[in-house]
Amino acid sequence: MSIFSKILTALRGSAREIGESVVDNNATRIYEQEIHESKAAIAKAKQDLTLVMAQEKAAQREIERLDKEVSRYEEHALAALDKTEEKLAEEVAAHIAELETERAAQVKAQAEFAGHIVNLKGLIRTAETRIREHERELAVAKTTESVYRATESISTSMGSGASTLGNARESLERIKQRHTQAADRMAAAEELDAEFGNRALEKRLADAGIGDTGARKGEVLARLKARRAGAAQPEANPEQGASDKPADDA
Amino acid sequence: METALHQRIQAAGQQLATVLGAVETARISGEVEVFRLTIAGREELPIFITQADNQLLCICYVWTEADVLPARRLEMLEAMLDLNVAIPLSSFGRIADKYLLYGALACDAGTDDLVQDLLALSDNAIDALEAMAEYLH
Repeated sequence: MSIFSKILTALRGSAREIGESVVDNNATRIYEQEIHESKAAIAKAKQDLTLVMAQEKAAQREIERLDKEVSRYEEHALAALDKTEEKLAEEVAAHIAELETERAAQVKAQAEFAGHIVNLKGLIRTAETRIREHERELAVAKTTESVYRATESISTSMGSGASTLGNARESLERIKQRHTQAADRMAAAEELDAEFGNRALEKRLADAGIGDTGARKGEVLARLKARRAGAAQPEANPEQGASDKPADDA
Repeated sequence: METALHQRIQAAGQQLATVLGAVETARISGEVEVFRLTIAGREELPIFITQADNQLLCICYVWTEADVLPARRLEMLEAMLDLNVAIPLSSFGRIADKYLLYGALACDAGTDDLVQDLLALSDNAIDALEAMAEYLH
């Protein structure tokens, strides 16, 4: 059974209460023990592996050395034969035979080491796979357990569990209402900001003699100058005072 | 005593506050270390953060079984399943009778990752509640 199926079975168990253990604690301990043992087995296997690999390499080197020795003695044997030293050649041949026997033993040992290496690597892979599976299962089980325990704490902190979550729709309405209010406030603030912004801009334009107010100032001045130039009329003075106002405002 | 997780959550809360407004973080007493993040204006949808084995879980409870219209329950569950993949950084779930949205992070996730997840979760929770309101009382 996959860990997910086990969890589902546990969660659907009859009248399961929050806080009650979802996962069989015994099973968890067994998994943890198995993980521990598998890890120890891997450590041992890896140690063995390095040793066997070293031995395999040593055997390989020995084979190479013996090959060279055989070649060298074959040369000697041939030289002895060339010199018709039959007896010497025979002795050398005997030595070569010994070397070849030794070589055969090394080849056999090397093959055994190689086989051992394959086995150990397989063992390590299997153990690692088992650890990964167990760790994953443990993670799922522990997460489920932890989440249920956390929910228990949360429920306790909120009061009587589900009821304090409140009606979901009402919650949504309240949040939306607050958002609308916040959005309205933001819009009002933007409007206000824009208004003040516009006024400041208008004032700067007017100061520069641009826009309505700026133009009006010029017109008023021109009108007054025209009046002064036209004639010295007695009623001109009070009018001038009144006309000054917009000019001052500008 | 403040744990490293508590400090990271507080830092995340401060960063979150620059986007969402006032954020309050508090540790909830209990067997398991759980933190509650309350966002001003979204008080009904607090986010709970807890470390569960090898991951950090950010959970937002959205509604309970009691909220669901019995006649439309299956439809709602299908809608949740259909929507699940599309929801950015959060997924639907259920613990006992509580439906929730949650985001899962690696235990060593940084503050920025936490902020990103929390922000998405809070927005997702409101959207999800709105989308699923038709199936609720």
